Amino acid sequence: MSSAPANQVVIEPSRGWASLGLKDVWEYRELLVYLVARETQGVYRQTALGLSWLFLRPVLNMLLLTFVFGRLVGVKSDDVPYPLFSLAALLPWGFFSNAVLRGSRSLVDNMHLISKVYFPRLVIPLAGAASGLVDLAAAFVVFFTTLLLYRMPLRWEMLWLPLFMLVALGFALAAGLWLATLSVKYRDVTFAVNFLLQALMYMSPVIYSASIVPPSLSFVYALNPMSGVIQGFRWALLGSGEAPGAAFALAAGLVLVGIVSGAYVFRRTERTVVDII
Amino acid sequence: MSGFALRVEDLSKRYRIGAPPKSANGGQAVLGRLAAPFRYLASTFRPPAEDEILWALRGVSFEVRPGEVIGVIGRNGAGKSTLLKILSRITEPTSGRAIIAGRVGSLLEVGTGFHPELTGRENIYLSGAVLGMRRTEIARKFDEIVAFAETEKFLDTPVKRYSSGMYVRLAFAVAAHLEPEVLLVDEVLAVGDAAFQQKCLGKMGNVATQGRTVVFVSHNLVAVQGLCQRAIWLHNGRMAGCGETAQLVSEYLSAARHANTAQMWPEPSAAPGNDKVRLHRLSVRPRGGTPADPITMETPLAVEVEYWSLSADAHLGIRWRFVTEQQAVAFTTASSELSLENDSQPLPPGLYRSVCYVPSNLLNEGLHHLTLLVVRNAGQVIFRLDEALTFDVLNSGARPGFRYSREQGAVRPLLDWTTQRVGDV
Repeated sequence: MSSAPANQVVIEPSRGWASLGLKDVWEYRELLVYLVARETQGVYRQTALGLSWLFLRPVLNMLLLTFVFGRLVGVKSDDVPYPLFSLAALLPWGFFSNAVLRGSRSLVDNMHLISKVYFPRLVIPLAGAASGLVDLAAAFVVFFTTLLLYRMPLRWEMLWLPLFMLVALGFALAAGLWLATLSVKYRDVTFAVNFLLQALMYMSPVIYSASIVPPSLSFVYALNPMSGVIQGFRWALLGSGEAPGAAFALAAGLVLVGIVSGAYVFRRTERTVVDII
Repeated sequence: MSGFALRVEDLSKRYRIGAPPKSANGGQAVLGRLAAPFRYLASTFRPPAEDEILWALRGVSFEVRPGEVIGVIGRNGAGKSTLLKILSRITEPTSGRAIIAGRVGSLLEVGTGFHPELTGRENIYLSGAVLGMRRTEIARKFDEIVAFAETEKFLDTPVKRYSSGMYVRLAFAVAAHLEPEVLLVDEVLAVGDAAFQQKCLGKMGNVATQGRTVVFVSHNLVAVQGLCQRAIWLHNGRMAGCGETAQLVSEYLSAARHANTAQMWPEPSAAPGNDKVRLHRLSVRPRGGTPADPITMETPLAVEVEYWSLSADAHLGIRWRFVTEQQAVAFTTASSELSLENDSQPLPPGLYRSVCYVPSNLLNEGLHHLTLLVVRNAGQVIFRLDEALTFDVLNSGARPGFRYSREQGAVRPLLDWTTQRVGDV
């Protein structure tokens, strides 16, 4: 016990744009797993249906959309049964909206932790975004069951899915980082997030097909990463529509910029977060 | 040997507090309300003005050797908690720096990271991860943690069904098994029963004998003296002293005692009061002693006021209200209730002295503020002075019971008890 420990901690004010401290985040990777588990387990404790809610939510959403937009409104679904058509979009959208919602609330919600103990704060929005992956996994189970019921084939293009998921996760993370940072100083964000998500849903082909977008608008439309992600999901899973093109690559680039800038802004706010909230 | 376990160099922490509001008339108030969001936005960008700044810590430096248990003492708001928050990296200092050799563990509040819906077992892992332990490390110490917490039977029960005692025991057990090189402890001993307090102190003692370093922050001077060889005294964010604990504690106490146990105004014109009454002298002291003498729970007190009565036919009376540090009124006593002199007649103008005698074994330990009320015709308050006197009641350790935390209650009377056997089981 007499030898000096190698891991010396130096505490001093950080100036300007601090480093991201990703090494520290890696050290605490187990905490990330526990926080995701807490988020999903804790929510469903003492509910009669328990974890079945994870599967029920996409099913109920799908039924609702099919009834209203498939039957009543009669939205064209590119010759694919509307339940599958909507479910293919609900997969990434359900994941994305949950991830953004949790990510944006994560700092304020976990204040009791942040104000009591040190850990790399980046873990918190990361866990918020990552907990959406649990919803995504459950939704995939629902999707493939439905696919089986309609006797539709599995396709080679499905191997592209991880790429689209990565973009959706990245977009959710970027949005979560920025919104969580802003919500520390401006609680208004909490109210704005719901509205923003709703607006973004209408700007993405969740309930309708991307083919109805007029060509003059299609480039601007494709700059929304989620529109490319949803088109990609439909193309890969059902073979409907076209694979997203160059505009999607540009949108993915924007997502990357969003993540990096969001992470730095987050780190800058992080050091005084306890003094503000 | 490395020379230190913890070294703090010129550490300062500045807080920005809201500026004192300026009074405004109706129209301005409406405008102000409308402008508020924009002012708020603007205020987050401009540097803080002088009156918005509070220095919670200013230029604090000290060094702690490995294996040393160091105490931090000081009044509320002296900067103790801020210091711990900086050392545990919850918030950043404004300037200066601290170097810690090794892993830091903090017990700022037990139960950090517990989720009420999860079971005891799940929470041990979760809380451990929050504190920076690896899964394998927690698994290795799991049985030890459970045994220390004495909650074997309830491992698979959600912690929301735990009694508060069980909850605290489990939480402390996880934190205590973190085995950091430097352990930061803040008032955790204020929770739990006496036996558990003893156990926690024992565990902290063990930590120290294993060559680990403990920084212990407490209001409880008995506990600090029992655990720490050396202590730091913070006052208004600055170091007021640093040295051997017994010496420092006595300096700290004498400074606290002299705070405001006596006041004197030589001239009626400059004294607090009004056209009916002016104060001349106030003091609280041990009966037969001076205001500079220490006061313990066993000390009988004399609370004295001298005042000029200025109106001709006054039936003036004095009331003292005893207020504890927690802002609870312990009791109020009035001169008209049990007066040794007959004061039923009107008193001619002049200088009067009223002395109130407080018996021993009545007040609880801790800081007390006295509010002075001057009443006329046995009811109408004509003058009031809050915090007219302030004194500290010490725990001499003569009474049995909780040694390391204040017994609850506004007063602590010594009462008669009997216990006898009255039958078979």
